[in-house]
Amino acid sequence: MPTVFDFEKPIYELETKISELKQFSNDKGLNLNHEIEVLEQRATDLKRSTYGKLSPWQKVLIARHPERLGAKDYVQRFCTDFIELYGDRAFGDDPAVIGGIGRMNGYVVTVVGHRKGRDTKENLVRNFGMINPEGCRKVYRLMRQAEKFGRPLVCFVDTPGAHCGIGAEERGQAEAIARNIMALSTLRTPLIVVVIGEGGSGGALALGIGDRLLMQEHSVFTVSSPEACASIIWKDAGRAREAAEVLKLTAQDLLYLGVIDEIVPEPLGGVHRDPSLAVELLRESLFRNLDEICAVDRDELLRARYHKYRAIGNL
Amino acid sequence: MGNVFDLFKKSKYFTVQPETKREIPEGLWIKCRCGEILFSKDLGRNHKVCQKCGHHFRLTAWERIQLTMDPDSFVEFTDDLESRDLLEFPGYAAKLAAAQEQTGLCEAVVTGEGMLGGHRVVLAVMDAHFIMGSMGTVVGEKVARAIEQAVEKQVPLVIFSASSGARMQEGILSLMQMGKTAAAIGRLDRAGLLYISVLTDPTLGGVSASFAFLGDIILAEPGALIGFAGPRVIEQTIRQKLPDGFQQAEFMQEHGFVDVVMPRNRLRDTIIKILDMHVRRE
Repeated sequence: MPTVFDFEKPIYELETKISELKQFSNDKGLNLNHEIEVLEQRATDLKRSTYGKLSPWQKVLIARHPERLGAKDYVQRFCTDFIELYGDRAFGDDPAVIGGIGRMNGYVVTVVGHRKGRDTKENLVRNFGMINPEGCRKVYRLMRQAEKFGRPLVCFVDTPGAHCGIGAEERGQAEAIARNIMALSTLRTPLIVVVIGEGGSGGALALGIGDRLLMQEHSVFTVSSPEACASIIWKDAGRAREAAEVLKLTAQDLLYLGVIDEIVPEPLGGVHRDPSLAVELLRESLFRNLDEICAVDRDELLRARYHKYRAIGNL
Repeated sequence: MGNVFDLFKKSKYFTVQPETKREIPEGLWIKCRCGEILFSKDLGRNHKVCQKCGHHFRLTAWERIQLTMDPDSFVEFTDDLESRDLLEFPGYAAKLAAAQEQTGLCEAVVTGEGMLGGHRVVLAVMDAHFIMGSMGTVVGEKVARAIEQAVEKQVPLVIFSASSGARMQEGILSLMQMGKTAAAIGRLDRAGLLYISVLTDPTLGGVSASFAFLGDIILAEPGALIGFAGPRVIEQTIRQKLPDGFQQAEFMQEHGFVDVVMPRNRLRDTIIKILDMHVRRE
């Protein structure tokens, strides 16, 4: 049973009707092509009008869609010879983040990414993609390694935020995030960040500083999850939808605000509606940007990166 | 339209307002959380530390500057930065105006340079009285400029943090100030310059997770709340009460994230000693 949001219901109902009609016409040997064509046209129009004007909150829902592709899916499709590398060499491994080395578009690259689960059981293991300090430090270790061997670093961002709990505080969540951000901002190797779902708060930023910042069309990137923001400002996490509307968290908002470089198109209705097309669309954008930044002289790359972040918010 | 019955109508009542609020000297007496009633002049003489339990009350940015810098040496950096309601966030413009009115500051940080124990330093001091010291675009920009000044002038940097974290009302632009300030610290770091970070109550979220925890030496005031997520958020998430002392400065020292917890009356001398030991020899 696929996850269907309320605003998508008319589309799914129409699509069900079309497939029933097709079945009926096959079974009875009736030619209903014209009727089917009309309905299919109507479905396409409906999808265009629904998905073409999604509200920020609807985008949050799509960005969190359980069937949306995750970092692991893209790694499998974009990389050959991928070897996953575990652990921070200090405390442990964090299953909320995947990291490793592989070949991508002719380069040997280091890849890191948040990793959410597909279902509740997997999410309990992966902690819903919310990293702990050891996850940050695993990324730190791998980014330093990427720098040492001159490998480009590709980061997939998909997290509601860094983990919030007693252990995370005891092990220095703030320090771990701070160190990652500083290291990324001065790392002498090309960095690409792709927000593939949710980019939430410091947990996203720990993997989220780059020479190029790409966002998929229906992904979101925000100072804190709409729930956390509503809880902080109005002391009521239930007003998340309202917070989403005012936070300016969509890819389109972020492009306008000068935070990101490019919006990667998604299939009509989102990645989950046509995963193979989504992969091709992201491949085009990711590989093109990778080629571009790999061609830039390292000193120039660092200078440009510094100025890029230096300028954000100076509107 | 005159009517005889108008004469019998109930007259209107007004609530009589006292002419002006009776002038009670601003906080003549202050109650500490230990229960002790403190005379505010005495408290001020003791740098706002409770004589009985040692609780460190929050300082304003200018109180901190006065307490820390050599007399009459601090010069504030001038700029024309002004916080604006960039995202048209409900209620933010009014909140900014009220904070400016209440604190007399234009934003939650004061930056400048001056002498500290005879050493020239760049100083940034946050003020938790201004929208909880939260970091929006202007705070991020001021801090980044201060860091760049330290690099340009080749002098040590001292930052007193006091912040609830990123400012929600400026959304993603606030979050990106973490990138901006951490990148600037990265430059300072490579320039081989000393950065002393002093964590005061509270240092949380986007500030602790960026420049505050990147100091070469990290000092903290006793009892200061220090962490990533705030205690209320953690309690709501894990649905249990947090242990006593959790996320306090002493806890952070015990867990290895603060070099040393230093009471306010010894803070200036400690910073000077550290500066003395980092004087660059040609």
